[in-house]
Amino acid sequence: MIKLEPRGERSRLMSWLSPILAALLTMLTGLVLFTLLGVDPWQALTTILYKPIADTYGLAELAVKATPILLCAIGLSVVFKAQIWNIGAEGQLLMGGLFGSYMALQFLDNDSGYVLPMVLLAGVAGGLFWAGIAAILKVQFNTNEILTTIMMNYIALNILLWAVHGPLKDPEGFNFPESAMFSQSAILPVLIDDTRVHFGLALALLAVVAIWVLMSRSFVGFQIRVLGLDRSAARLSGFREKRLIYFALLLSGGLAGLAGVGEVAGPIGQLIPSISPGYGYAAIIVAFLGRLHPLGIVLATLLMALLYMGGEMAQIELGLPLALTSLFQGLLLFYLLACDVLIGFRLRLTTSKPATAPAAAVATDTAVIEARG
Amino acid sequence: MDIDLITNILYAMVRTGTPLLIVALGELICEKSGVLNLGQEGMMLMGAVVGFIVTLSTGSLTLGFLAAILAGILMSLIFGVITMELSANQVATGLALTIFGTGLSAFIGTNYVGKPITGLEPIDIPVLTDLPIIGRMLFGQDLLVYLSLALFGGVYWFINHSRPGLILKAVGENPHSANAIGLPVFKVRYLAILFGGAMAGLAGSYLSLAYTPLWMENMSAGRGWIALALVVFASWKAERVLLGAWLFGLASILHLVFQGMGFSVSPNLLATLPYLATIAVLVILSSNQNSRLVAPISLGKPFYAKT
Amino acid sequence: MPQHPIPPRLTLRGITKQYPGCLANDDIHLNIAAAEIHALLGENGAGKSTLMKVIYGLVKPDRGEILWDGLPLDVKDPAHARKLGIGMVFQHFSLFDTLTVTENIALALGDDAGDIPALASRIRSVSEKYGMAINPDRQVHTLSVGERQRVEIVRCLVQDIKLLILDEPTSVLTPQEVDTLFVTLRQLASEGCSILFISHKLNEVKALCHRATVLRGGRVSGACIPAEEDTLSMARLMVGENTPVSTTYPKVLGTTPTLTVSNLNLHSHDAFGVHLKQLNLQVNAGEIVGIAGVAGNGQEELLAALSGETRASAGHIQFADTDIGPLTPDRRRALGLAFVPEERLGRGAVPEMSLTENALLTGFLTGLVKRGMVAWKKTEAFADQIIADYKVKTAGRHAQADSLSGGNLQKFIIGREIMQKPRLLIAAHPTWGVDIGAATAIHKALIELRDQGAAILVVSEDIDELFLISDRIGAICDGRLSPLKPTPESSIAELGRQMAGDFSDAATISPRPTTSRAGSLH
Repeated sequence: MIKLEPRGERSRLMSWLSPILAALLTMLTGLVLFTLLGVDPWQALTTILYKPIADTYGLAELAVKATPILLCAIGLSVVFKAQIWNIGAEGQLLMGGLFGSYMALQFLDNDSGYVLPMVLLAGVAGGLFWAGIAAILKVQFNTNEILTTIMMNYIALNILLWAVHGPLKDPEGFNFPESAMFSQSAILPVLIDDTRVHFGLALALLAVVAIWVLMSRSFVGFQIRVLGLDRSAARLSGFREKRLIYFALLLSGGLAGLAGVGEVAGPIGQLIPSISPGYGYAAIIVAFLGRLHPLGIVLATLLMALLYMGGEMAQIELGLPLALTSLFQGLLLFYLLACDVLIGFRLRLTTSKPATAPAAAVATDTAVIEARG
Repeated sequence: MDIDLITNILYAMVRTGTPLLIVALGELICEKSGVLNLGQEGMMLMGAVVGFIVTLSTGSLTLGFLAAILAGILMSLIFGVITMELSANQVATGLALTIFGTGLSAFIGTNYVGKPITGLEPIDIPVLTDLPIIGRMLFGQDLLVYLSLALFGGVYWFINHSRPGLILKAVGENPHSANAIGLPVFKVRYLAILFGGAMAGLAGSYLSLAYTPLWMENMSAGRGWIALALVVFASWKAERVLLGAWLFGLASILHLVFQGMGFSVSPNLLATLPYLATIAVLVILSSNQNSRLVAPISLGKPFYAKT
Repeated sequence: MPQHPIPPRLTLRGITKQYPGCLANDDIHLNIAAAEIHALLGENGAGKSTLMKVIYGLVKPDRGEILWDGLPLDVKDPAHARKLGIGMVFQHFSLFDTLTVTENIALALGDDAGDIPALASRIRSVSEKYGMAINPDRQVHTLSVGERQRVEIVRCLVQDIKLLILDEPTSVLTPQEVDTLFVTLRQLASEGCSILFISHKLNEVKALCHRATVLRGGRVSGACIPAEEDTLSMARLMVGENTPVSTTYPKVLGTTPTLTVSNLNLHSHDAFGVHLKQLNLQVNAGEIVGIAGVAGNGQEELLAALSGETRASAGHIQFADTDIGPLTPDRRRALGLAFVPEERLGRGAVPEMSLTENALLTGFLTGLVKRGMVAWKKTEAFADQIIADYKVKTAGRHAQADSLSGGNLQKFIIGREIMQKPRLLIAAHPTWGVDIGAATAIHKALIELRDQGAAILVVSEDIDELFLISDRIGAICDGRLSPLKPTPESSIAELGRQMAGDFSDAATISPRPTTSRAGSLH
């Protein structure tokens, strides 16, 4: 039988191999699933993973889809490092989209250069506002941030629906729940001609670099990492826990807000009820899959964006439910969590009696010390 | 407000609170063992869709409910294996379970959206149903509401008066001590996780087979998460879970109250009420309370025994 | 050793247990007769705990066999061990704080517990018989540490007990309580119960045990009859030939006050916490002040108030000329205060971080951060210097903190603090769980810092350590601090009374005999 044996030290190699292994296992499960559904598995696989990006247009669309996910995920990498479980990127994104839309609708007949910055700032403010509430609840009232941010996602969605059905509805829109189309001055410029790749991508990549520097070089980044790993060490060293929590949550909220406004002022061009197919939730998976590391997050974002496009493609070409995407998202995260056991343990085939050690995951290193004495 | 309105509101409150009560009782047991399973939402959705499909294809509500329970158990088993055998982080695994359950339920339920079935009908208990105000609330409900009350009684007795309940609490407080004196920590936690799954599955199928009754993507609408907050609200006490579930039921049907009182408010804004209530409750209960004596001490922390 | 005509109650043959990177038990042989009090001696890390977990069924050995009354036995789990009549008193108690004494004991007894009221009366009668009064209806979190140990012992005694294993039982007791415990244990042995007494304190072993097995580095390094040995020869068995086993340091008097705590009252917000009451304390430059006390008597709260993790109102904590009561930990550090916490992994050092990062953890005020950016090259050099100067055994500055042994990590932490040239160093339990070599190195480093003129406050549960290094000494009990005395003017007996809350001057009370601690290693 297979036995798990503690490694003694965490394996760096495995912590990077694990996401790859998880992706492969997800793919394998997909093959089995397609076979069971009577779809040619090879055809399904190429439809999902290759066809969407088979041409330059597809590649450009990948970048369009990746932009909001990347913005949300890179922000989440900071809060998650602090072990603050902000599940609210989706709500912060929606609020960013709503605030940005409100601002854009104030300038429907204005083509000044300040309109776009105002719209973007409003979007960031929306994300900051929504994350700020969660931060206040966490810091001042000690509430569980997972539950509050989830609740705020639902609230944000309902407020957005209210706005788009009510005050922000286009008066000339035949009662469709949509705002008026924004003026060109409020729309993010396209980066590459003949595509929808917009300036938001540049902002997202800039954010990736900035956060890379923040987390690896700056003292604030170091404090955030300490806070996440060992709260009482942070306290003893005099790190300002509350300020760090505010900082991390606001940073991720602001970036999610930017992602939201980037959608309405980017590819969509107006406020509609469904500005996000769950980018904020997908970003959680991306952050984990990318090991909370900027480079890993960029790669994981591309995979996730591809999964979104592949899901749509599979719906059109193979008649598979669109929910395929979120099914694979869940599977991916499960496999990742399962494969992560290999960071602390190695597998060994044994023939002896099954005195299997219940797995010890991350804390294995202390086991060595406890083992004696 | 007239008597009829109050009677109807109380009736709807209990009915709406029932799925919350069931799922929260399951999570309560799970958390008492020291395991935080954030996958309630995903397990509920799986229960809802599986229960619906089975009932639609067999015509049997009983089979539907049983299948939903089984679906919940299987979902929680995934959680159990990943967190217990592979010692993965409970928070991340619970989230994964919810994402997975949301996706899988939508996937297998695609062709069932909007199909009609005959749901569970209320059973009026003669004479008692006609009591003023509380008659319909307590004696004019469907079978599952009565079952949820029995479940509540059972969980209450189990936690406070049974020996296995004592073991459950001990494991949740200090699994290392429990292991050292020979209590089967893994077994206890597995059973607690599976019970939580069974309850979430049942609660989900209540939505799709009795409350609505139909299948829609994401139809639990955050009830699994609200149930998690409910357990905090209840300070991990069974009796307060019942109270909390009904109060949240009331918050979810406030639009009835508003309509009854003649206000017209946007339905989207009214829909935020249960979520706002959840946050309010969390704020009131989380600030300025000494949680060490309230929450199971090892909650959320992985346990591993060295052999 | 004479052959027993009847087989020994417990025999271990060739027990071997390998952990990754550590051979915890290597071919261990041992036997214990009925009615015998047998010592298992060894310093931290010698393999004592692993061996007793093997006997109690908590750990499966890789090789070797266990005989019980002469018959081979495979102890499946603690429940099985208990059925056989093996009881264990853990060093870190295995009790449930929110449950009552009776509920705790009922849990361990399993189906044999019977109904609660009957069990409660059984607990009462057993505890009275052995002179360990406890109230079965109290919740455990309301009990003192000494009372909790009684619960652990009574839990073993309410059933038919044949072998009682005690893991370092005296480390949580006052000297007087130790004497009482020994009376109970002798009574038990006289009734035929075998006792395995695990300790690293030679004088206690000499006072109590019939025979001793000594472990070193996972192996049996010798066996002896303690009454016929002197402590030095047993110490040699424990630590080997090359480690110095006895050192003394000259006592000095401090100069100007560095830390002055006056009338400090602090209400603890933790349900299990202790309130500090009218606490007065002065630590002078160039001296080491030692505070003894049984765990959970306000040490944590006092340390948190001094480090700045909890803040006091103005006017109660003075550091040189500054009122530091309301200041945060980093402000206090900037003034020249350094801190070595009890938990070295998970407070003193971040387990998953490298030594370089852990050097930055408290060293950030010493020019390692420029305009918000970390000077990693400088930080690495700082880490390298700590490792070199304090002879920290490690793979290098890239090693994770939790890959180091307890002793080496503690040397790193103490080095990190001392290299920042503090004016006041506060150290909590600086040598718990470390081997003698490291303990000696740490003590020398503290004395050296003292001689350079720094003020040092040491809070410890190890009385021997405090007598060894403190210049003035006192004890904390239930949030109150006894008056401090120059160490040579105090005694084990007096400190023991202070630990129990009796702060009256010793001169007025006739000294009580208590277990001699003269032969201690520290």
